[in-house]
Amino acid sequence: MVVFRALVVTMLISLAVVLQVTLFPHLAYEGVAPNLALLVVVAAALVRGPEFAAVLGFLAGLAVDLAPPADHVAGRWALALVVVGYLAGRIRHDARTSAVSAIIAVAASSFVATSVFALSGLVLQDPTVPVADALRVIPVAVIYDVAITPFVLPLMMGLFRSLESRRQVAY
Amino acid sequence: MALRNQSKRPSRTVLILLLLASFTVITLDVRGGDDSPVEPLRSAAGDVFGPVEEATATVVRPFQAVPEFLRTTGALRTDLERLEAENSALRGQVATSVVDRNRADELDGLLESSRSTGYALVPARVIAIGPAQSFSSTVTIDAGTRSGVHPDMTVLNNDGLVGRVLRADRSTATVLLIVDAESVVGGRLGSSMEVGFLRGRGVVGNKGRLDLDLVDNAVTPGRDDILVTWGSMNDAPYVSGIPIGRVTSVFSSPRQLSKQAVIDPLVDFSALDLVGVVVKGNVKGDRAVINASESQTPRSGVG
Repeated sequence: MVVFRALVVTMLISLAVVLQVTLFPHLAYEGVAPNLALLVVVAAALVRGPEFAAVLGFLAGLAVDLAPPADHVAGRWALALVVVGYLAGRIRHDARTSAVSAIIAVAASSFVATSVFALSGLVLQDPTVPVADALRVIPVAVIYDVAITPFVLPLMMGLFRSLESRRQVAY
Repeated sequence: MALRNQSKRPSRTVLILLLLASFTVITLDVRGGDDSPVEPLRSAAGDVFGPVEEATATVVRPFQAVPEFLRTTGALRTDLERLEAENSALRGQVATSVVDRNRADELDGLLESSRSTGYALVPARVIAIGPAQSFSSTVTIDAGTRSGVHPDMTVLNNDGLVGRVLRADRSTATVLLIVDAESVVGGRLGSSMEVGFLRGRGVVGNKGRLDLDLVDNAVTPGRDDILVTWGSMNDAPYVSGIPIGRVTSVFSSPRQLSKQAVIDPLVDFSALDLVGVVVKGNVKGDRAVINASESQTPRSGVG
């Protein structure tokens, strides 16, 4: 059972990472594509809580960091998604009350994740990005993530919920 | 339910451990430089994700044209007409050919544009594009070490210079585009043979431009002057004589010694598809190498 659940979650992360670089660039606005890995982590956080989501965030972030065509210092998205997983997990009781609050949670998560990633780049001087460029990309990223939330988030939350109920039956 | 109540006050240990793990990975990668311990992991991830991305790109490719139907505007039509006029010879072939024939023609263009330079090319397609949130302009192509592609090789398409190979896995390779903010290319002005350095601005798409710093401040590049690469030692990472772009504007400030020019790249980076990687002529790989000098050999042999 544990193996099955781990397998489903791994598949989900891989699918998100692959679609993010193959399908969504064709739908990108000014190069900004929706962050599917982030939505997976937020969905996990809303259903399963901060610890699970932080671990998932670390793994998903590492996948984004390592899968081609990524070229930045590895561990930066991992850091961003750990923070997001934990924070989104902490507010999950409020965020689950309505659709609007879930969307606000996604917007906040997207803002935090992209900002943490951009800030870590500024500190490490990884790609030397001017702050103005970062400020231009972050709002677009937030809006795009929110825009695909209605299509993706309920689906993923449903998946995590059914995995969780299986766990409880197994116990 | 009992389980969920227990997790009401989440333990900080997990968070702190994961944060430490992230910082460790970052530190290892930053300190290690080119031979960091993360590099094998990256190449393993490339071997795993590369084929999956390749398969997904194959599935997605037929649907790429769908958004084009929706945004066919007057501007796009004008662009199209101008390009068609410029490439009238190609247009004739394109109009009368099926899709596979088009691809062969793109390869022909690739071959034609590099025939004078005599470089051998490994053809490849762009299968994944990095998002702007990562602030680096990189793409994945579907040719890797198995096809003879290695780091620091020049990548071009039939319009001009695309970038260089950053790293190559077994079946895929990551390419740094010249519009990336980290990319620096040595360029030579076509009219005066003056040299300079080209830097990307990190913006892909129609507004993607390059900045040219000329070495000699007495030279003023003309508008529409063509810029080509002047080449690196041992042809890595850039071979010489590949067209890069045209001068759109020139400016100088009292503060700076050299004149600066803004370059419009010839390549449309938002619509990258077929590219060629410059390799040594006798490379053996899993796909055919386009070699201009080799294809001319039989003709010269007959003569």
